[in-house]
Amino acid sequence: MPQIIDLCATSDIESEDVIRVDREGHSFAVYHAPGGKFYVTSGLCTHEAVHLADGLVMEHIIECPKHNGRFDYRTGEAKGAPACVNLRIFPVTLAGGRVTIALS
Amino acid sequence: MTGIIIIGAGKAGASAALALRRGGYTGALTLLGAEPHAPYDRPPLSKAALLEPEPPAPAWVLTPEQAAAQNISLRRGAEVTSISAPARRVHLADGTTLPYSKLLLATGATPRQLPGAAGVLYLRNYEDALALRTRLAPQSHVAIIGGGFIGLELAAAARQRGAAVTLVESAPRVLMRGVPAAVAAVIAARHAQAGVNLLTGVGIARIARAGAQHHLHLADGRLITADLLIAGIGAAPQTRLAAAAGLALDNGIAVDEWLRTSDPDIYAAGDCCAFPHPLFGGRRIRLEAWRNAQDQGEAVAQTMLGGTQPFQAVPWFWSDQYDLCLQVAGLAEPDAPTIARHLPGGTALHFQCDAQGRLIAAAAAGGMRLGKEIRLAEMLIAQRARPSPAALAAPDVPLKSLLAPMAMADASSS
Ligand SMILES: Cc1cc2nc3c(=O)[nH]c(=O)nc-3n(C[C@H](O)[C@H](O)[C@H](O)COP(=O)(O)OP(=O)(O)OC[C@H]3O[C@@H](n4cnc5c(N)ncnc54)[C@H](O)[C@@H]3O)c2cc1C
Ligand code: FES
Repeated sequence: MPQIIDLCATSDIESEDVIRVDREGHSFAVYHAPGGKFYVTSGLCTHEAVHLADGLVMEHIIECPKHNGRFDYRTGEAKGAPACVNLRIFPVTLAGGRVTIALS
Repeated sequence: MTGIIIIGAGKAGASAALALRRGGYTGALTLLGAEPHAPYDRPPLSKAALLEPEPPAPAWVLTPEQAAAQNISLRRGAEVTSISAPARRVHLADGTTLPYSKLLLATGATPRQLPGAAGVLYLRNYEDALALRTRLAPQSHVAIIGGGFIGLELAAAARQRGAAVTLVESAPRVLMRGVPAAVAAVIAARHAQAGVNLLTGVGIARIARAGAQHHLHLADGRLITADLLIAGIGAAPQTRLAAAAGLALDNGIAVDEWLRTSDPDIYAAGDCCAFPHPLFGGRRIRLEAWRNAQDQGEAVAQTMLGGTQPFQAVPWFWSDQYDLCLQVAGLAEPDAPTIARHLPGGTALHFQCDAQGRLIAAAAAGGMRLGKEIRLAEMLIAQRARPSPAALAAPDVPLKSLLAPMAMADASSS
C-alpha cells in the first residue's frame, strides 16, 4: 500500500518557486510551475546531496545552488553537468488546496 | 582516418568531445590523455577526497564505457610530445604519429613549483590527492604555502583531519586574486576559528630540510617547523606543445573569442588558454575554473562544427571550506569598493560595479542559499545591467526583479 503524504498548501509556494518539505525521514522539493501546476521531486541534488529548494527555479528547470547542476523538475531529468543522475519524482495529487504525494 | 584530435583528457577535453557528438559530428574523434585515468573532476581532490574515511575513486567525467558508446577513441597514458602543424600531425611518446584535420588543445595547467625546495607536495592529480591523504595525519604539523583556493581548501581538510596547520601567504591577505576583500575576510575568520595559524603579508626567506622535518624561515625571522610542506602557489598554463608548434602565447595559449589559436586548424579551451572576454571590454583573461572548462569545451565544439557564436559566459567559480560555500560570478577587482546586501541568516553578498555603473562581479561566502543569489547576479552581469547601488543593497528588492524581462527565458534555454 503506498503511503499518502500531505506536504503543504498550494498557497505556501509562489508561482515559479520551490520550497523544501521534510516528511517521514525524506526531504522533498515542491514546485509551483508557471500555469498553476505542482510538482514534487526528491529534495536533494543527485550530485552532492544539497537541498535543491535553495536553488533557482526558471520555468521548468531547478538549478542546484552548489554547482548549478540542472534538472527538469517535471520529469526529473538531469539537464546539465555536473548533475548526471536523474532526480526522483513523485506523482502529485491536489485536493482541497493541499499538495499530496503517494510514497511506495 | 583523419578527424578531430583532442589533446588533454580533462574537463575541457571531455566536455568538447561529448559536445562534438551532441552537435552531430560523426567523423573520427580521438581524445588523448597523458594520465592513466579516464577524465575525472578535480574539485573533489582538495575536498571530499581528502576527508572520506576510505580512499575514494575519481569522480568520473567520461568513463571508458561512455566514450565507447559515443564512438570517442579515448586513449589513456597517451602523452603527446609534439605537433607538426604544417603536416597536421601529432607525435606521441610511444613513437606513433596521428593525422588530424582539426586539433583541440585542452592541456590544462600545472602547479607552479617552489624554487629550490625538496620534498614539497603539490595537488593537481588524483595521485597527488592519494599521496596527501596518507600524509595528513592527526598529530602532524602541516605548513601550507599560498593562500589561494587550493591552499585554503587544503588547510580546511588538514584541520578537519586533526593536523595542526600553518598557512603562509606573502600577499597582505588571502584570496587576493579574484575575491573581494570583504569576502576573503569571512574565509580568513573561519580558518582562524578552526585553529589555522594564518600568516599573511610575510614572505619566505629560505626552506631547509632537517631530517624528516621542514624548516620554513620566514622573511621576518620567524621559523616554522613542519612534518609536511605543501605548496599551492598557483598554476601555470600547459603551453609546451603550443609554444614548440609556434602558436601565439599570451599568459596561456592565445585564442580569439571563438577559441581559435593563431593556426587555423588548431583550437584551445580550458585552463591552458587565454581569451578576450566581450563582457569585459575584450580584456584577455585566463580562468582556472571548473565551469569555464566545461563551457569552453562546449563552445569550442560549436566553433569547430562551424558555429559563429563568440564565447562570453560569465566567469563563475565556487570553493568549499568547512561549512562555508564561496561563490564568485564575474571578475572581481581585489581592492575595488563593494556594495553589500545582507541576506537573512547572516551571509552578505558583495557586488562590484565599474565606473559606468555596470555590475561586473558578485561574491559571497556563507550558507548554500547564496548560490541562488549569485546565479541571479550572474544573469545581471550577462545582461550588462546597471542596477542602482541602492537596489543592490536592499534585501527586500529581489535580484530577480532587476533582470530585464527576456533574461529568464534566455538563461533557461542556454
Ligand atoms: C585540487 C583542485 C581543486 C579544484 N577545485 C575547484 C573548485 O572548487 N571550483 C572550481 O571552479 N574549479 C576548481 N578547480 C579547477 C578545475 O578543476 C580546473 O579549472 C579544470 O580541471 C580545468 O580543466 P582542463 O580540462 O582545462 O584542464 P585539466 O583538468 O588540467 O586537464 C588537462 C589534461 O591534459 C593532460 N595533458 C596535458 N598535456 C598533455 C599532453 N602533452 N599529452 C596528453 N595529455 C596532456 C593532463 O594530463 C590533464 O589530464 C580545482 C582544481 C584543482 C587542481
Ligand atoms: S551538488 Fe548539485 S550540482 Fe553539485
